[in-house]
Amino acid sequence: MRRIINRRPGRGGIVFWGALPFLGAAALYAVASALRLAENPADKLLPPLSAMAAAVARIAFTPDPRTGDYLMWADTLASLHRLGLGLGVATAAALVIGIAMGLIPYVRAGLSPFVAILSMVPPMAVLPVLFIVFGLDELSKVVLIVVGVAPFLIRDLAMRTAELPAEQIIKAQTLGGSTWQIVLRVVLPQMLPRLVDAVRLSLGPAWLFLISAEAIAATEGLGYRIFLVRRYLAMDVILPYVAWITLLAFVSDYLLRLFNARCFPWLKAGKGSA
Amino acid sequence: MSHVSVRGLWKEYPGQVVLERVDLEIPSGEFCAMVGPSGCGKTTFLRMLLGQERPTRGGIFLDGRPLVAEPGPDRGVVFQRYSVFPHLTVLENVILGREFEGSRFLGKLFGARRRTAEEEAKGILAAVGLGDHLRKYPAELSGGMQQRLAIAQALILKPKILLLDEPFGALDAGTKAQMYELLLRLWSERKMTVFMVTHDLKEGFTLATRVLAFDRVRVDPTDPGAYGARITYDLLLTEKDAVQQRLAAAGARSRETEDRLGTLVATH
Repeated sequence: MRRIINRRPGRGGIVFWGALPFLGAAALYAVASALRLAENPADKLLPPLSAMAAAVARIAFTPDPRTGDYLMWADTLASLHRLGLGLGVATAAALVIGIAMGLIPYVRAGLSPFVAILSMVPPMAVLPVLFIVFGLDELSKVVLIVVGVAPFLIRDLAMRTAELPAEQIIKAQTLGGSTWQIVLRVVLPQMLPRLVDAVRLSLGPAWLFLISAEAIAATEGLGYRIFLVRRYLAMDVILPYVAWITLLAFVSDYLLRLFNARCFPWLKAGKGSA
Repeated sequence: MSHVSVRGLWKEYPGQVVLERVDLEIPSGEFCAMVGPSGCGKTTFLRMLLGQERPTRGGIFLDGRPLVAEPGPDRGVVFQRYSVFPHLTVLENVILGREFEGSRFLGKLFGARRRTAEEEAKGILAAVGLGDHLRKYPAELSGGMQQRLAIAQALILKPKILLLDEPFGALDAGTKAQMYELLLRLWSERKMTVFMVTHDLKEGFTLATRVLAFDRVRVDPTDPGAYGARITYDLLLTEKDAVQQRLAAAGARSRETEDRLGTLVATH
C-alpha cells in the first residue's frame, strides 16, 4: 500500500472529486427543501429550483412594472460599473505608487510607514466618513472600494518590485538606462502580471466592500437588491443573485488569469512540459 | 584608453573594516583575476569599480578622472545569476543597450533603427554561439547559455571595462572550459580591461594576465572586524601567452595545461 501522499487521481478522477462537493451541496439543499415544503407548502426559506427559476424570469426577463427596467441587468450594470471604477482607480494608484515605493529609496522612506498604517484602517469603519464627505451617491461607493483595496495592492506591488534582483537593476544601469527607462522597460513589464495576480486576489474584498456600501445606501445594484428583498424573506431572489455574483467574480478572475497567460508568455517559458 | 588607478582606498562598514590601503595601477587591456577566501572584500572591490558602492576613503580613477559613482555604460557587468531580463527574448535582451541609448523617452526602437540594432546584436550573439536561439526566453536556456547571453548583452555598448562577478561559478566543468575560450577570444578582440572575481584559483590563473590575491594580513582574534583585507599578492603572469596558445591549440584544457597551471599555482 503506497502512502496517500503518493497516490494521484487520474484525469477522470480529478473531475469526479472536483464535482463531488458541488453535487453534495446541491443534493443536501434539494433534500432539505423538499422536507420543509412537505411540511409547509408556503415555506419561503428553502424555495425549490422552480421557484428560483420563476423569480429569475420575473426579475431578469420581465420589465419592472414601475420603472420599465429589467432589474437584474440594471443592478448588474450598476454594480459592475462601481466595481470596475473602484478597482481601476486602485490598480492605477498601485501601479504608480507601488513601483515608485519599491524602486526609489526616497519614496519608500517617505511613504511606506504611511501606507502601512493606512492599510490597517478597517475600510468599513470609515464608510460613514465617506458617506459624510462624498455624499450618498456613486462616489462614496467607489471610494470605499479604492480605500479598501488600494493599500493592499500598493504594498504588494512595492514588495514585489523591491524583490527584483538588484543585479537586474544594476545591469540595466550599465546598459545606460535612466531611471525612467528602467521603469518602463525592466520593472513595469515584470510587475504587470504580478499586479494582475494581486487584483485577482482582491476581487473578493472588492465585492465585499461594494455590496456593503450598496446595502446601506443605493437605489440600484446587486447588493441593494439582495438587502431590499430580504425584508420579504425572498430567498427565491437572493439565492440566484448570490449565485450570479459568484459567477461574475469567477469569470472576472478567469479572464484576468487568461490575460496573464496571453500577454506575458515569458511567465511560462521554461516551466513545465510546454 | 581605460587605465584604472586605485589610490589609498579603504572600505569600512559600521564595526568592520573590509578593505584597507589598496593601491593599484591597472594598464588598459589587462585581464585581472581577483582571488581570495570568502569575505575578504573582492566582491566589495568589484562593486566599487562598478559604482554600486563607494569607497570610505581614497578613490578609483579611470584615465585620471574619478570614477562616476553609479553604474554606467562605460562599465559592463556579468553576475553569477540574474544578469539577464527574464521577460525579454535573447535578441531583445541584447538590443536593450542600444534601445536605451537611441530612445530617451520610450527606451524602445522601431523600424529601421531597430533592424540596425538587431543586426548588430545578431552578430554578437553569433560570436557567443547563441545565433540559433534568438527568439527564446532566458528561462528556456541552460546556465551556460544564459551566461553567454549576459556577456553578449554587456558587450553591445562596447564597454571599456568588463566586470565579472564569479560568472562561471554555477557552471559545470565542460561548460566552463567553453566559456574560458569564449571570454579569452572576446577579450583579445575587443581590447577591454577585464576584472573578474573568482574563488577558483585555477580559473584565475587560466584566464588572467594578472592575479590579485586579497587576504587579511592582520587579524585581531578579539575583534575580527578591526582590520581589513589587502592585496597580498599582485602577480603579473608573464608566461600567460604561452599558456593561452596551448589552450587555444588544445581547444580545451588538456591534461598538460592543467599540470602547467598546477606548477604555476604552486610556485606562486
